[in-house]
Amino acid sequence: MITNDKQNTLIWLGLAISAIVPLILPNHITVLTYIWVMIILALTWDMLGGQTGYTSFGNILFFGVGMYVCAVVQRDMFSSGLDRFERVSEVVVSLNASEYFISLAVGTFSGAIVAVILAVILGSGILGMRGHYFAICTLGLGHAAAEIASGIDYIGAGSGMVAPLYPSELLIGKEVFYYYAFLLVAVATFFLFRKIYRSQFGLALNAIRDNENKAESMGIHTTQYKIAGWTISAFFLAIAGAGVGNVIGFIDPVEIAFSGPTFGVWMIVMAILGGKGTIWGPVLGAVILYSAKETFWTYLLGWDKVALGLLILIVVVYFPKGIIGYFKDRKQLSNSILSQKGDS
Amino acid sequence: MITYIKILITSPEFLAQLIINGLLVGAIFALIAYGLALIWGVMDIINFAQGELVIFGGYLTYTLFYQFGIHPVLTIPIVAVLLYLFGLLVYKTVINRLLGEKDIFITILATFGLAILMQQLMQAIFGPDVVTANPELGMLFLFDGALIISNIQLVSFVIAVFVAIVLFVLMKYSRMGQAIRATAQNPRASRILGINIEKVYANTFAINAALCGIGGSLVVMVWTIHPFIGLVYTFRSFMIVILAGLGNFMGIIFAGMGISSLENVTGFIIGAEFQAAVIFCLLVIILVTRSIKARKKRQYIQ
Amino acid sequence: MELLNVKSVAKSYGGVIANHDVSLKVPKGKIVGIIGPNGSGKTTLFNSIVGHHPIDSGEIHFNGKEISSLTIPKIARLGMLRTFQQTHIYGKMTCVQNMQISSNIDADWKRVFNPFSKEVDEMVDELLSFVGLYKKRFLLAGDLSFGQQKLLEFAMALMKKPKILLLDEPTAGVNPTLINGLIDRLRQVNEEKGITLLVIEHNMRVIMNLAEHIYCLANGTMLADGKPEEIQNDQRVIDAYLGN
Repeated sequence: MITNDKQNTLIWLGLAISAIVPLILPNHITVLTYIWVMIILALTWDMLGGQTGYTSFGNILFFGVGMYVCAVVQRDMFSSGLDRFERVSEVVVSLNASEYFISLAVGTFSGAIVAVILAVILGSGILGMRGHYFAICTLGLGHAAAEIASGIDYIGAGSGMVAPLYPSELLIGKEVFYYYAFLLVAVATFFLFRKIYRSQFGLALNAIRDNENKAESMGIHTTQYKIAGWTISAFFLAIAGAGVGNVIGFIDPVEIAFSGPTFGVWMIVMAILGGKGTIWGPVLGAVILYSAKETFWTYLLGWDKVALGLLILIVVVYFPKGIIGYFKDRKQLSNSILSQKGDS
Repeated sequence: MITYIKILITSPEFLAQLIINGLLVGAIFALIAYGLALIWGVMDIINFAQGELVIFGGYLTYTLFYQFGIHPVLTIPIVAVLLYLFGLLVYKTVINRLLGEKDIFITILATFGLAILMQQLMQAIFGPDVVTANPELGMLFLFDGALIISNIQLVSFVIAVFVAIVLFVLMKYSRMGQAIRATAQNPRASRILGINIEKVYANTFAINAALCGIGGSLVVMVWTIHPFIGLVYTFRSFMIVILAGLGNFMGIIFAGMGISSLENVTGFIIGAEFQAAVIFCLLVIILVTRSIKARKKRQYIQ
Repeated sequence: MELLNVKSVAKSYGGVIANHDVSLKVPKGKIVGIIGPNGSGKTTLFNSIVGHHPIDSGEIHFNGKEISSLTIPKIARLGMLRTFQQTHIYGKMTCVQNMQISSNIDADWKRVFNPFSKEVDEMVDELLSFVGLYKKRFLLAGDLSFGQQKLLEFAMALMKKPKILLLDEPTAGVNPTLINGLIDRLRQVNEEKGITLLVIEHNMRVIMNLAEHIYCLANGTMLADGKPEEIQNDQRVIDAYLGN
């Protein structure tokens, strides 16, 4: 489609604009931050969902795990002698600047590691089967995780936890910090995934999607590739979760950390809307869907979630290839026609 | 947790209580699972909105009970008909487009989208709170009070069994039932022999919806529902079908009742709020064990 | 030295005995054929050998290893590949991609996140030219004609540098004018690359010319085996085909 050089130029241009935007539109920083979050969520879902053809309804698990692990690390790393088991949800930790950022870094990293381990263990169990069994299994993941988290007092049980307060003495405000943090993570995710999809690994994922039986009969270790893909997604999902927990400020097991009806569903719809199985599709879908959602929710008042549900249905049934998929099909069609014209 | 296990060991009537409650209520789950197996077997549609259809039926019973004063048990035939019609509607608008779709994920995602839409609709219309439509039929005390069965559980069991029998007769002896079974075995041959496949598919899906509706009416009488609990029912149905196998009518009944009892007992030991987690772990264990066994024998799970 | 040694393999499906006491040997570097009327159990035998289903009894030795309980991916990694009557390719990927993914990528885990190496790409071009698909290499595999897909499937198998290739009716459905080309390529691959071939064929002209040793199956059992001339004149074989 667009050559790599042109793509990269566009990307740098886009990044330059994105870097300045929070200064121009300070009131919308949080919304813009969430767009970066959504890009990460959509891209990670798409690795297994679009590129490998393995729909997962449970990726929210890693998101929530990252959120909780980071929050626990942030709460416990520098605090001493706190009676944490009484009303955990009301414990608000106050840290100075260095404590805050160190615990944030350690917490985020720990969350990612835990998510990775979880992905490997779970994946070894449920990725050895065909895709529809995997999809069925993942259906219960988020809900089960929410239930378990709601039962553990150490992390606040049903009431959840509160994230530590952002050090107020800093020049760079909380919103600004997290905007740039998520921008960097989203960009890193994008470039890494783009490299992966251009590699042998990426083609293997696509082969599994196109004809898993053929891939297996050619000796490809399909299960290992699937697990690796899910693990990579889990890593970035956990990082996103850790950040979002801090941005929102409190962590609720059902409504936020493992929220299927919001983050869980959005990541799927965004990837499909934009065009699953492509590198730009999820990005496009994330930007469009989230912007639309934020713009229209005020007009629909309570029925906005219904509208979203309807949108999902329409997109999946009538536009399963998404925006980019539609354009790609047209190009491939004209390619086929042109090259067959050169035949005898 | 150990204390709870001890209780079960020292007072076996407690265990019996949990198991019998499980069996009674399992009949409802079996009914819902059968519907799922029906459309999976006949149309190759994996319905991720099964639970939402159930909850929808439950809400209809709730509304008919509280708004119109109709006794919950009497709402069942009404709900069955309404859900049947709703099933036809869903078939014509959504499912129809998915038939013959080679990519199984389109059907999965589409029914998933339907589930989300229904969840949000139900929340918008009925609110997010938990509701019930318990007709307060009283309790049955057996064995000097050692075994307590709430009459509504008994009634729902009887109704579920009745519906199952009706269904069985329908499938075996009615023209539509035979057409459905023929289509399941060989769609092409059926078409050549003059069976209207469209009608068969539409009816199959609508029958499934009706079954879910009946199940939902029973569920809202025996327990509570809320807009997002459908997921648990979907998941449970999958588990029953996977455990029993697609064509196995009796197997589904036993699996339904067995899983329900198991849920009750483990729920008692670990805590009822971990319901979904327990079912989930169970399903994963079943599938993984099967996968390992199959690999040893050079087989693959279809 | 036998590369493949099948001993007394039996397999039945729900009452139907597909294979009974079937044995055959495929010497290394040779071309062996399997013939037999429809329903004689040829494809079932192939499926048993490559790991598609378990066998009821018997042994299968490949390169000295007993493989009758191994799964398809494992057997493929040991160097045994198989083609189908209906083509199995990656329909939504280009011919080049089909070929690339058929290279031995699992061999080196450290390189798997890099693009395909120049050696692989060169091999892709060479093999695509070998089967005459070079001009169509950027077309989607699903858009090729049936005969072209068969050639692609064949080329993909060659990418893996297999020790033995099991071909299930390679000329079925192929335009008669292209069959000679196909036979030539099979012979080339056997002579130049040393790949052992086990071929199921219905086309007598093809298999009599190609194979050095032929086995004839009928009704699930091995009827006769020997050199092409012997088989052609074997009364039992003639009877089996004409029906008794």
